[in-house]
Amino acid sequence: MPEADATQTSQCFQLKGANVSLTALELHFFEEDAFEETLRDKIRQAPGFFRDIPLVVSLEKYEGPTAELDFFKLIGICRRHNIHVVAVRGGDEDQRRLARNAALALLPATAQREPRAPEPAEEAVEEAAPTTPDPAPTAAGPAPAAARLITQPVRSGQQVYAPEGDLIILAPVQAGAEVLAAGNIHVYGPLRGRALAGVHGLSEARVFCQSLEAELVSIAGHYKISEDLQEQGWKQAVQLQLKDDLLVVTPLDK
Amino acid sequence: MAKIIVVTSGKGGVGKTTTSASISTGLARRGFKTVVIDFDVGLRNLDLIMNCERRVVYDFVNVIQGEASLNQALIKDKRVETLYILPASQTREKEALTQEGVERVLNELAETFDYIVCDSPAGIEHGAQMALYYADEAIVVTNPEVSSVRDSDRILGILQSKSRRSEMGLDPVKEHLLLTRYNPDRVDRGEMLSVGDVEEILAIPLLGVIPESQIVLNASNQGMPVILENDSDAGQAYEDAVGRLLGEEREHRFLTAAKKGFFSRMFKG
Ligand SMILES: Nc1ncnc2c1ncn2[C@@H]1O[C@H](COP(=O)(O)OP(=O)(O)OP(=O)(O)O)[C@@H](O)[C@H]1O
Ligand SMILES: [Mg+2]
Repeated sequence: MPEADATQTSQCFQLKGANVSLTALELHFFEEDAFEETLRDKIRQAPGFFRDIPLVVSLEKYEGPTAELDFFKLIGICRRHNIHVVAVRGGDEDQRRLARNAALALLPATAQREPRAPEPAEEAVEEAAPTTPDPAPTAAGPAPAAARLITQPVRSGQQVYAPEGDLIILAPVQAGAEVLAAGNIHVYGPLRGRALAGVHGLSEARVFCQSLEAELVSIAGHYKISEDLQEQGWKQAVQLQLKDDLLVVTPLDK
Repeated sequence: MAKIIVVTSGKGGVGKTTTSASISTGLARRGFKTVVIDFDVGLRNLDLIMNCERRVVYDFVNVIQGEASLNQALIKDKRVETLYILPASQTREKEALTQEGVERVLNELAETFDYIVCDSPAGIEHGAQMALYYADEAIVVTNPEVSSVRDSDRILGILQSKSRRSEMGLDPVKEHLLLTRYNPDRVDRGEMLSVGDVEEILAIPLLGVIPESQIVLNASNQGMPVILENDSDAGQAYEDAVGRLLGEEREHRFLTAAKKGFFSRMFKG
């Protein structure tokens, strides 16, 4: 009988711990058209990044009525754009039941925050006081992950992604190429393609490059296209960072 | 062991077939047993440039599908002793080029040939990927304009990620930049990128610069690889490129606008 001498290899499968970094969509309210329009805009910024990614819908900041939370519609819209909704995070009991009916997995709310009754008053207080030490980057991992190092040119049509930490590239990033990182992006060469840092929402992320010739630079979703970038630091060694939600370019020699 | 060289570009009409014909002729002329394969299924024209279109009986796809043997399909060049052409099919679907089929034919050729030159179709789809998959070296044909450079960059990315050498973790495909249809006058006027510009963007070693020349068109129309036009600038530039491909040091020529003749200098001051 197989049971008697069951070896490891005769098992159909084995369960392993896995630690993956996911992108979370923090839903504030759900309205079909507005949702799709926003999604389209995000995808336009980084088409390669969104293609076939798994997505977690975070309900922690959901303010709309539970009755409007149509997961079937939401999943359908995402799927139309090749994005796969796999789970919800947080949410109250009713919301989670709706998610479950739509065959989504249920993830616990983020640990840092004590789950509180979503009272509008309290939300308002929180928004008015941005001095709280925790600006809650959506899915930035707790421990800094090792940087990903690339030594070859990133060519047109290629994409390089560091899903957990920084991305360091010791070669040119060519026009038509796309580099993405959860953390900072360093390019020791000309940056001619698209660079998206802080893709999970880390607004402290920065982009450094030896020559700014980029098609687009984005930090935590705030982006500038080539046309606007040419106004400052063009073809120079610069760093780019967010200051009050504005993408600011500063020369590196200053 | 045969060396497999793909001539590729991404963008169409930049001079891949012209280059395949001349490079293979140049290698064969030095005594290397060389075969040039047309991967452009449906659009064959290598046989036209090599002036053997009337001798095509069987083609590459026939061999892949087992309808003919290699010996039946290979056409022996009439001018250069050790040169053979494996023509493309004009009628078949591009999908007829299967990876296993291509591999089998290349393996069989590798037993007797020194060089296998693969003339890639334009684009980055199936046909182009089949042509480059087994390559040891790649000649990336580029015209001095932005769209061509962009496509070459893209092909370089594919060579680095989707070739047999990359998939098996072997030494990477050796890359060569061949800048063709180069017109120094137009570069001076700022209408074209310069050699330096293209080298800077693509960052791969320069195999040669082939000037834009009416002689190339004339030679193609006569079914003559331009490298055989020994006195022409384009022919000599291709001959230099073959030398460099074989490891010879040769200074780059034809990079600057032609000097004004004695009389025009006298009279124009
Ligand atoms: N150096 C040159 N000077 C002038 N004309 C050239 C030169 N090189 C190529 N041509 C011309 O450009 C045209 C396209 O060349 P060719 O067929 O070799 O390109 P290709 O890259 O193989 O095109 P395809 O992508 O369609 O296969 C031909 O008419 C050819 O004669
Ligand atoms: Mg061709």
